[in-house]
Amino acid sequence: MGDQVSVQEVSDAMYKMIKDSMGQKKWKATDLTKAVTEMFGERCDKNTAKSAIRELIESGKCVYTYFGGSFIEIPHKEGAEN
Amino acid sequence: MPDKKRKTPKLDELEKGEWPSFVKEIKSAADKNAMANDLLGQLERSYEEKIGHWKHGGIVGVLGYGGGVIGRYSDLPEEFPSVSHFHTMRINQPAGWFYTSDVLRKLCDIWEKHGSGLTNMHGSTGDLVFLGTRTEELEPTFKELTDLGFDLGGSGSDVRTPSCCCGMARCEWACYDTMALTYFLTMHYQDELHRPAFPYKWKFKMSGCPNDCVAAIARSDMSIIGTWRDDIQVDEAAVTECAKAGMDIQKDVVGNCPAKCMDWDGKKLKIDNKSCVKCMHCINAMPKALAPGKDRGACILIGAKAPIVEGALLSSVLIPFIKLEPPYTELIELVDKIHEVWSENGKNRERIGEFIQRVGMGNFLEAIGVEPIPEMVAHPRENPYVFYEEYFEEDESQENPKR
Repeated sequence: MGDQVSVQEVSDAMYKMIKDSMGQKKWKATDLTKAVTEMFGERCDKNTAKSAIRELIESGKCVYTYFGGSFIEIPHKEGAEN
Repeated sequence: MPDKKRKTPKLDELEKGEWPSFVKEIKSAADKNAMANDLLGQLERSYEEKIGHWKHGGIVGVLGYGGGVIGRYSDLPEEFPSVSHFHTMRINQPAGWFYTSDVLRKLCDIWEKHGSGLTNMHGSTGDLVFLGTRTEELEPTFKELTDLGFDLGGSGSDVRTPSCCCGMARCEWACYDTMALTYFLTMHYQDELHRPAFPYKWKFKMSGCPNDCVAAIARSDMSIIGTWRDDIQVDEAAVTECAKAGMDIQKDVVGNCPAKCMDWDGKKLKIDNKSCVKCMHCINAMPKALAPGKDRGACILIGAKAPIVEGALLSSVLIPFIKLEPPYTELIELVDKIHEVWSENGKNRERIGEFIQRVGMGNFLEAIGVEPIPEMVAHPRENPYVFYEEYFEEDESQENPKR
């Protein structure tokens, strides 16, 4: 078993996933957690994934949105406002 | 001040009659608030056309939080510009809804300054609800609320603001301290309350006794309802007083007992406590004479919901009796295990009750490590948890499976 992956590294990986699939897929917190757990294996536990999501939100790189459920997205112009 | 008052012949009909009217209150607010005035106009239009004109959801919120703000926009912004944004803010209410009048005045002042001035006291989630503001007013409102000691509540796929009855603060029937547990759960699950991380919403509701004054059994994913496991306390002198005062104990108390576990011979009330289902009817009927037992705690039920994606569910028993005292370790371990299993396996917008229906009670219990017991049977002739594994194993060993 290797060293534990850092929160920043997980956060960056999550951001890339969200950015690469923008407009095609909406990510829930659980989807992101599952994806990074798969990517990093035992090096990433659930608490690290949780901290990484918090880092994404508090840095302003991502925001929570609600479309019949809560998702994590890159900030964009509010569609409903138009 | 609004430029011109909206004409509202259809809404005016809702002011007629003896009951309180939300139209009257919005009109009162509309005298000095343009948002409330345009709200009247848009509502009137909806009643004329029989169609809603709100767009719901989206991206709005305060920095760092994923809950507490429900985005709402008008689809007629040119006609009703003051409600082009009409976001709702949910404010975490004090446990038991106890406020001082001073705090209520300050809350209303904040909302008149930053929003429509219209509130729900309280929403069905239990929160204090501020109705209608613009995106740019969210952060300033949040700042003033936190300065006053208030926080936003939950919305979206998160732990919703826990709510409870007034419990031991005013009610002698409370079997555990609902307000203390509500405060504890609110603080313990702060992260889950503000940062949506579940397949869908999760509601805790705490009732101090089986009267269930917050309707936890119908409205919460986890209903924590006070109960007792010893005998109902009987004050025989008070029972005699009730009879002397003209109460028909046979008809109104014994005759209405759903478990038929009471007997009244005209002098003495006998209760077969082993058959009692803790419905509270007799205690409600004779509050001075009867009271819940002294060995008090709570029953934990799981799975209620209102009809949204699928139909309504009532919660059913998961843990028949638990002592609820700080630090609530047993309860937290159970909740965390349920959250883990549900987060791992739940589908998007699937409530825990629907999840249990999909995977089966037996599989759910096995996943959370709780043994099946007869109290979990939710309906007569329904047995959701027996697997007959030993039966199959026995058959397989004989290489003659019969099913």
